[in-house]
Amino acid sequence: MTGRRHAGTGVDESRLRELIPEVIGVLVRRGADFASAEDAVQEALVEALRTWPADPPRDPRGWLVTVSWRRYLDLYRSERARSAREVAVDLEPPQGPVSAVDDTLRLYFLCAHPSLTPGSAVALTLRAVGGLTTRQIAEAYLVPESTIAQRISRAKRRIADVPLDQPGDLATVLRVLYLIYNEGHSGEVDLATEAIRVTRQLAAAVDDPEVAGLLALVLLHHARRAARTDPAGRLVPLAGQDRSRWDPALIAEGVAVLQAALARDRLGEYQAQAAIAALHADARRFEETDWVQIVEWYDELVALTGSEVARLNRAVAVGEADGAPAGLAALAEVDPGLPRHTAASAYLHEKAGRLADAADLYAAAARAASNTAERDHLTRRAARLRQTASG
Amino acid sequence: MAKYLLLKHYRGAPAAVNDVPMDRWTPAEIDAHVAYMEDFATRLGESGEYVDGQALAPDGAWVRYDGEGRPPVTDGPFPETKDLIAGWMVVDVDSWDRAVALAGELSAAPGAGGRPIHEWLEVRPFLGVPPTVTE
Repeated sequence: MTGRRHAGTGVDESRLRELIPEVIGVLVRRGADFASAEDAVQEALVEALRTWPADPPRDPRGWLVTVSWRRYLDLYRSERARSAREVAVDLEPPQGPVSAVDDTLRLYFLCAHPSLTPGSAVALTLRAVGGLTTRQIAEAYLVPESTIAQRISRAKRRIADVPLDQPGDLATVLRVLYLIYNEGHSGEVDLATEAIRVTRQLAAAVDDPEVAGLLALVLLHHARRAARTDPAGRLVPLAGQDRSRWDPALIAEGVAVLQAALARDRLGEYQAQAAIAALHADARRFEETDWVQIVEWYDELVALTGSEVARLNRAVAVGEADGAPAGLAALAEVDPGLPRHTAASAYLHEKAGRLADAADLYAAAARAASNTAERDHLTRRAARLRQTASG
Repeated sequence: MAKYLLLKHYRGAPAAVNDVPMDRWTPAEIDAHVAYMEDFATRLGESGEYVDGQALAPDGAWVRYDGEGRPPVTDGPFPETKDLIAGWMVVDVDSWDRAVALAGELSAAPGAGGRPIHEWLEVRPFLGVPPTVTE
């Protein structure tokens, strides 16, 4: 996963983004508060993206630290001039070694602090940990740049009193990273790729089987990316995917990361989900899928989370393992108000050979879809079944 | 986060509680209403939830394709019975409940007598992007 380079100038944007949390850490160690340090580094990042293509620095990290620190001092002085408030700032870095890895980990915790709403945590994480610019985040989520800027400054005000050295909650960090990956947004910057990068970075900083589980999960799903849509941009479900287009290197890496995590014997929801993805990756053809084992992993997932979504997916897997009637019986136990309940029911009815019911259910599922790709897919399924029935 | 459209009607919505046409308000009541709307948009901007807001003129026309090489057919003005959209706001929020709460605030804009209009607004979810992990 190499970063996009500006044509012919050798600026590796991915490497530049990796430096951002590190440089924020340097400023905070020198006595800057997180909110101002993050603003200053963001300004330096925008400047770097503007000037480096024509004039690349010999020492990118040194350049970022110098420019950010200068920006910080400007902000600090103008703030102090305005408010005449005294703020203690060391103008020189303190002595002694401090691990950059620890600093980065603290940033993850802070940006995904439980007091933040998911939307604010996502925006702040992408900027401070992911090293994206406000404009890039706004473009990916299709909102005005000022809206993201406000979301971030409100988030920073909310966590202003949280000490940086406080141990954080890894579960909220994982949820934020999962959200960034799973929502599939992209613009100039592809957020799925960025989510994988920051999850890798987190996995390097902290030794935890669930962090590894999330990394395995996103790698295994990312491996299928090219097969998930056809050349016309239509959604292709797992059963119809051209498996030769799955990325074997990502699968191998995901499986290795997962196996090492499972060997630690501290199962969690991300490892269980990754195990299901790994079983799909193992099957050369859809018909070779080990549905019995997949159902067992769904049982684990339901036991771990109690999630209705997991129950719904389990019912579909039961339909594959034990036949459509068993799947429909399992589905009858699941909350019918769930977003994909009607779609799952349509699929199991089709599998049971009840095609007229399935067509009606697909049409109803299309009306309830939360996105156009799924709506169009479900509408086509309904249309195909109706054509079969009438022709 | 998910996007919602808050849709305001000139016609076609159920009657508001304080249902007095704007041209029967006092100038001060109109000023108070406009100030409320501007303040609402500003607050949405500050909370990081604002995406877009536009107002529409009441006039316009129906337009349809009329075959190869022919100009589109237009028809108008709109009949008095037509459902007529006055404008919209798009918000990007954490939940449906938050979108409903915001629509409630917008509907509380002051009208005749300085009292809330209690206008009916439509709240409509955007179709978003498909999630990656579905199994």
